[in-house]
Amino acid sequence: MSARSTAAAVRAGERSARSVVEEHLAVIDSHEGEIHAFNLVLADEALTRADDLDRRIADGEDPGPLAGVPVALKDNLCTRGIDTTCGSRILEGWRPPYDATVVERLAGAGAVVIGKTNLDEFAMGSSTENSAFGPTRNPLDTSRVPGGSSGGSAAAVAAGFAPLALGSDTGGSIRQPAALCGTVGVKPTYGRVSRYGLVAFGSSLDQIGPFANSVEDAALLLEVIGGHDPRDSTSIPEASPDLLGGLEQGVEGLRIGLISELMGGPDQAASVEGIADDVRARVEQAAEALAAAGATVEHASVPSTIYGLSAYYLIAPAEASSNLARFDGVRFGLRVDADTAAEMNTATRTAGFGDEVKRRIMLGTYALSAGYYDAYYGKSQKVRTLIQQDFARAYESFDLLLSPTAPTTAFPLGDKTGDPMLMYLNDVCTIPSNLAGHPSMSVPFGSGDDGLPVGVQVLAPALAEATMFRAAAVLEEAAP
Amino acid sequence: MTATPRLTRDDVAHVANLARLTLTDDELDAFTGQLADVLDHAADLEALDLDDVSPMANPFPLVNVLRADEPGHDDVRAEILAAAPSVEDGQFRVPPVLGEAP
Repeated sequence: MSARSTAAAVRAGERSARSVVEEHLAVIDSHEGEIHAFNLVLADEALTRADDLDRRIADGEDPGPLAGVPVALKDNLCTRGIDTTCGSRILEGWRPPYDATVVERLAGAGAVVIGKTNLDEFAMGSSTENSAFGPTRNPLDTSRVPGGSSGGSAAAVAAGFAPLALGSDTGGSIRQPAALCGTVGVKPTYGRVSRYGLVAFGSSLDQIGPFANSVEDAALLLEVIGGHDPRDSTSIPEASPDLLGGLEQGVEGLRIGLISELMGGPDQAASVEGIADDVRARVEQAAEALAAAGATVEHASVPSTIYGLSAYYLIAPAEASSNLARFDGVRFGLRVDADTAAEMNTATRTAGFGDEVKRRIMLGTYALSAGYYDAYYGKSQKVRTLIQQDFARAYESFDLLLSPTAPTTAFPLGDKTGDPMLMYLNDVCTIPSNLAGHPSMSVPFGSGDDGLPVGVQVLAPALAEATMFRAAAVLEEAAP
Repeated sequence: MTATPRLTRDDVAHVANLARLTLTDDELDAFTGQLADVLDHAADLEALDLDDVSPMANPFPLVNVLRADEPGHDDVRAEILAAAPSVEDGQFRVPPVLGEAP
């Protein structure tokens, strides 16, 4: 049952919120052992909340558009009084003194938080194997990764643990796991959703967004969490977009461009490498489906996107090295005692951070250090401008762009953990939207040669989520 | 980054120290190779002519955001201190920053 119809039934008093929550807790009980989507299942809290919602509905109240709908939260979203680990030993046992804005908005819409989902430590990774609490497995094939970093949220939705989940996306961390688990995943325009209460990774790139089993449910969740928040200085001062209203409008007359540089085919002169043939074939098929639905589909060129990966893996670590300086053993989380404050800081960080986080902190520190700033960080910031300019040029001719979400279907656990650079290549198609600040989303579109899902990425200019969702709805309908 | 020599073990040791991390010898070897791989990949940026391109720190122009100056009462001091590893007299307690412990 979709989140939207569940909420409708609960609001109408046709079924109780408690029964909805119990049903999902039963699925979690049966399968969580093999998947490990959650760092924490909030069974008691969810049932208490459901009973409260049922009482309010009995009293004639309307709890809102997500009444009684279980939502899983990535464990880097602050929940007041509830453990928020970021998948890291350094925050183990920490309980935030406040709720993230998105958590408040879910509460205001009648949703039920059912648990905190596993992630790559501090959202750094593309497979959810970098969690200090062990990996999450792909519900469609438990020998494969779910993608990452929001792998727990993607797996929770794919496994039926919750109809909706929230993740965060800095370089693809919502869209790539959505693609690998066969769910819908959305990275909104930078500033569309408040980052207040999202533990920061790359502040100029981070954005919270929805996972769902349908385009409609993803639209519903984004409508609830979006809109201006005075507590985030980068929040766009606009109301949340109306997405559900236009969902059935189709793509008739829209101009859609297939990004040549992200297709990796033999015909493409300058393109990223590593796009699998079966993935490319599905994206081409998706383009044909959009054309059949009345869109004008042509090849588009966004030349500098091929430099996105290099720029991103200097910019994001640079921002991370600064953001993660706060984990020093003084104010929250782990402390490893030592004789002086400096030794305590070092001992705490050395014991508390995993290898990938250490790699990114060091890479970022290096890229920002005297003598290298211009060559690495400064140059990457200029590439960011080029990418935004190239997108702007492409959007003079097109309303939307199309590409693969991830280069391949879900890969086996352990396949890429020994080679960080190989792991980073997973993000090659998703990174450009983060660098530009634009929205994009992954929609499941058939499967690859191994039978595992392929995601097609729909990209849109800033604030054009409504148009993006229209194309996503057409792709969902046409999916093989 | 043709002018930039390949990352060395000493560079990584220096950066680890700046970032307040201690690495074992084995970690130093492994991280040096892995970080150098990332920087080598980034050498593709050398192909770009960026002289006339301005750097971008944020997707949209940042402006000063001011809120109304309204007095409020938002006392979460006790909760914040409760989450700290060590507290004394309503303050965070840390080991000596300078000199001997009292």
